[in-house]
Amino acid sequence: MLIALPIISPFFFGILMMLFWKNFKAHSYLNLFSSVVSVIISVLLIDRVIEQGIITLQIGGWKAPFGIVIVADLFSSIMVVITAVIGFATALYSMATMDHDREKFGYYPLLQILLMGINGAFLTGDIFNLYVWFEVMLISSFVLLALGGKREQLEGAIKYVTLNLLSSALFLAGVGILYGLAGTLNMADLAVKLPNLEDPEMTTVVSILFLIAFGIKSAVFPLFFWLPASYHTPPAAVSAVFAGLLTKVGVYALIRVFTLIFVNDISFTHTIILVIAALTILTGVLGAAAQMNFRRILSFHIISQIGYMIMGLGLFSSLAIAGGILYIIHHIIVKTNLFLVSGFVNELRSTYDLKKLGGLYKLYPLVGLLFLIPALSLSGIPPLSGFWAKYSVIKAGIELDEFYIVAVALFVGLLTLFSMTKIWHEVFWKKNPEEEKTFNTINNTKQKVLSFLPIILLALITIIIGLNVEPFFNIAQKAADQLLNPEIYIKAVLGN
Amino acid sequence: MNLLLVIIIGLLYTAGLYMMMRRSFVKVIIGLILLSHAANMLIFTVGRITKGNPAFLNKDGAIFEPFSDPLPQALILTAIVIGFGVQAFAIVLFKRAYQTAGTDDLDEMKKTDED
Repeated sequence: MLIALPIISPFFFGILMMLFWKNFKAHSYLNLFSSVVSVIISVLLIDRVIEQGIITLQIGGWKAPFGIVIVADLFSSIMVVITAVIGFATALYSMATMDHDREKFGYYPLLQILLMGINGAFLTGDIFNLYVWFEVMLISSFVLLALGGKREQLEGAIKYVTLNLLSSALFLAGVGILYGLAGTLNMADLAVKLPNLEDPEMTTVVSILFLIAFGIKSAVFPLFFWLPASYHTPPAAVSAVFAGLLTKVGVYALIRVFTLIFVNDISFTHTIILVIAALTILTGVLGAAAQMNFRRILSFHIISQIGYMIMGLGLFSSLAIAGGILYIIHHIIVKTNLFLVSGFVNELRSTYDLKKLGGLYKLYPLVGLLFLIPALSLSGIPPLSGFWAKYSVIKAGIELDEFYIVAVALFVGLLTLFSMTKIWHEVFWKKNPEEEKTFNTINNTKQKVLSFLPIILLALITIIIGLNVEPFFNIAQKAADQLLNPEIYIKAVLGN
Repeated sequence: MNLLLVIIIGLLYTAGLYMMMRRSFVKVIIGLILLSHAANMLIFTVGRITKGNPAFLNKDGAIFEPFSDPLPQALILTAIVIGFGVQAFAIVLFKRAYQTAGTDDLDEMKKTDED
């Protein structure tokens, strides 16, 4: 039962909020309460998974592979825990910054349904069910993105919606063909049946369809254009959740299917993934170098960072995948934090344009410091979390003699630092170009505390992971070992 | 019958992708709809089609081979419902964007590229 709770709990609270639609004050408190509940549930879940190994729930008592099964292995539960943490951080931040217009139109219930979709995608063990969770997540993210109806938002939403629907159609076609090949939709059962097909080449063809579908969702190299066109348009709290979680669901799905189902021709598929990873790392950071908008720079860096995670998958060794998982943990926390800081800067100055910003360090040294921690972590400066994540994937690359991608990864680390120092210089260090314009002051203590609290919390997590990386790395390593030994997963789902 | 369906699916994909590359809002939506129909038809065909037979058992109560698989049809049902909701949302979104931006040309949608 515990394993279904990360899905049921946000659903329950989302519905509860809809029951008294007009009382949005209550929505925000319920949202906070729900996020605390989710954190507790997810910690209990990961604790049990560490203790007992993979746990499963056959829904409605229909035994796998015939019914839909929910599976929590270590990788899934890690993702559920981070989702809950990000949910909590945004719940606090939304209470401080969200405007009444959005709250009136159901911002909080939508957020809960979004989190339900994300958790569902992480926990399901059925590939068609994964499609359904993707759609749940997408439709709520569509509304969250468009809510407010400003011109940039609607334009961003159009690009986001169109490309994501295209990806869903490809995913659906892939599922259909896969079912035609193997006659099953259960992921563990697929892993058993696909190697025994008459023509294994067909599996590779389908795997590329999945690579494209999930590639669009996780914004990898030639398919990322929807991301920098849309992520900088909604309010900071929304773009923080999107930046932290949504693309990572795509990465999760990629890692899941390319470690469990499509492992018949690793030398072909995983080489493609590795090449894509290198190009993603490079184009993302080069795109960022040309931007002068706070959130657009950060959006391009998401793409670049996705490359590092995919690189872990492409290298396909125990250390590489562990590094990839560590990278996901680190990235979600740091990226959400950076978007929250950018939102706070926007609260003070009502702009994200680097040319118009400046001089913030003099007035708000604390904000500067809180930006610097995740920014340096993102560029991989020791002893913060980003250093260990980069170190693990790069070390795995060196061990496997993949020097090209290692060179790209190291070089891009430098460029990331360049981008972060650019933001630091333009926003905090240089003289304020608009001296005559006064800063917005936030006098309300409650608002101040509520917007600082999540930023400080996430910065602390980055520092803790950085200074005490061993337990985090160990758990990522264990998750990677589970992923690389699909027999454990198959046995847990199908029995003997 | 199968061949005919395969050709239709191919045509739907072609038409859908072609329409999605047009600049007008309405054509993009039509493209999206055609594309989701194509995916649904694909799954339908993949589940094997038997003409004029009941689902599993013939008139004498014996299983006949090859019977058509009912699961893909259940999948399509789910996919149609989801697609319906998403397309309805997309239509409203495109309409709002048209009202706000005053144009239905996708090439004019450049506001997100400005700083």
